Amino acid sequence: MQSQTMAAEKLSPAAPPADAAIAIEDVTLRFVTPDGHMMTAIRDFTMTVARGEFACVVGPTGCGKSTTLNLVTGLLRPTTGNVRVMGNPVTDISRDIGFVFQADALFPWRSVIDNVAAGPLFRGTPKKEAYDKARDWIGRVGLSRFEKHYPHQLSGGMRKRVALAQTFINQPKILLMDEPFSALDMQTRTAMQDELLGLWSGLKSSVVFVTHDLEEAVALADKVYVLTAGPGTVKSVYRIDLPRPRVMADIRYDPKFIEIAKVIWNDLREEVQLGQSRGLQASH
Amino acid sequence: MTAISPTDQAAARATSIVAAEAQARARLRKRHALVIGLRLAILVIFLGLWELCADYNIIDPFFFSSPSGIWEQIWSWVTEGTSQGPLWLQIYVTLEETFLGFVIGAVGGIVAGIILGRNKLLADVFSIYIKIANSVPRVVLGSVFIIALGLGMASKVALAVVMVFFVVFANAFQGVREADRAMIANAQILGASPFQITTAVIIPSAMSWILASLHVSFGFALVGAVVGEFLGAKQGMGLLISTAQGAFNANGVFAAMIILAVMALVVEFLITRFENYVVKWRPAPFNEQGA
Repeated sequence: MQSQTMAAEKLSPAAPPADAAIAIEDVTLRFVTPDGHMMTAIRDFTMTVARGEFACVVGPTGCGKSTTLNLVTGLLRPTTGNVRVMGNPVTDISRDIGFVFQADALFPWRSVIDNVAAGPLFRGTPKKEAYDKARDWIGRVGLSRFEKHYPHQLSGGMRKRVALAQTFINQPKILLMDEPFSALDMQTRTAMQDELLGLWSGLKSSVVFVTHDLEEAVALADKVYVLTAGPGTVKSVYRIDLPRPRVMADIRYDPKFIEIAKVIWNDLREEVQLGQSRGLQASH
Repeated sequence: MTAISPTDQAAARATSIVAAEAQARARLRKRHALVIGLRLAILVIFLGLWELCADYNIIDPFFFSSPSGIWEQIWSWVTEGTSQGPLWLQIYVTLEETFLGFVIGAVGGIVAGIILGRNKLLADVFSIYIKIANSVPRVVLGSVFIIALGLGMASKVALAVVMVFFVVFANAFQGVREADRAMIANAQILGASPFQITTAVIIPSAMSWILASLHVSFGFALVGAVVGEFLGAKQGMGLLISTAQGAFNANGVFAAMIILAVMALVVEFLITRFENYVVKWRPAPFNEQGA
């Protein structure tokens, strides 16, 4: 890597500081497939996210990007190594965590306001307080007119706004996002990225955002993790020093942005090619 | 690069749109009237042909009855009562057995389906027994119930219950299994306890499956009650049919059949109303849009 720039500083993976929001240390995850083979999903994986930091994870298809998120939620347990959230080892689903899914995970039988109020209600907040809070968050994502609508009556972008409000209402200290905007069209996605950065700057959660879209990663993140083709491990880490607040619609034409994206793409490209050629071999 | 602006003919276009909409609505109304008219025509032709064939002895009304004969039979049951008491009492008895069987069987099926759907071990252990129980021809159980529970209501209700239970159970079980993984994970991370996941995610998402089975299983409950009465009873529509059959009264059999069909249709209508109320969050099916 000769073309190092000030904006995309390549970091060396170091031992995580004690006060990191998320610390994944030297984790390997294997599991037995239904037909009895041992599969390694990720190996020797180390990643730290500082408090209030926005980290993006990019990598070829099937490299274990989503696995890293499930390690943080506790839905998956590492085979070796350890995962700490806010300094504590992960044992159960933490109340500090919010998760935005790739697929539509709203409850279709609940109206917008019932969906957004779900989190506080599950956690035992009194009904009135939960609905007041929900109304507030629906207002923040600009859907006040649609409180009583059901998800199927909304567009894909609006449903994502509801999903964001549903997650942010719990005020998570850790925000995990699994390709949340990949099903949206370009314009809606840009709008949602702005929406996300707006909400995030108000809350200052620590974010892990998984995406296959490098430009999205560079535009949003403080730090980009590039993963190798599966079994995934961290290939390199870049710090993105683009100034905030960022405007998604404009940042794509920023020369500094383009330069950073090029540098990281050079790194990512061979992994993507490797991942694809393996995919082709596997299907034959 | 120049921007191109469309020429402005908005007003003219608006009037033509209104006219086109009115035309389309008129076409829809016309088509609706046509469908209703054709349905009525088919009914009239069918009944008319049946009546004519019976009148001219092309088919023997002794075996195959005739619309006028059936109507006379129903009318005499309504005005003079049946051989076993007033008609409304027979209907009431059969409906009561059906409803009791339906409710007990459906509730049992839903509860069992959700418990087994949520618990993998129980499901693996019990699935074999449910398969075996389901493969027993259930109508035969009617005889067992009559022996064990007597000629009263209990034996009919029991038969209706076993008719309903397995259908509802299978659907509830499937519905629980098909509950969306992402949705469950979402609820879990939002803070739901396992019980809250069951009530807030599993049951609502299994609801469409369960409701679908309720449509079918009400018919089954009715079959259970009527067959039970057939096998031995003191009251009910099934007994009415069996008496008519014993007297070679084809009019009676057909008349009772039609009354049962009307009962089933009315309840089917009520279940549909209930379903639309419960799943009002669901998008309208495509064929009902614009109707």
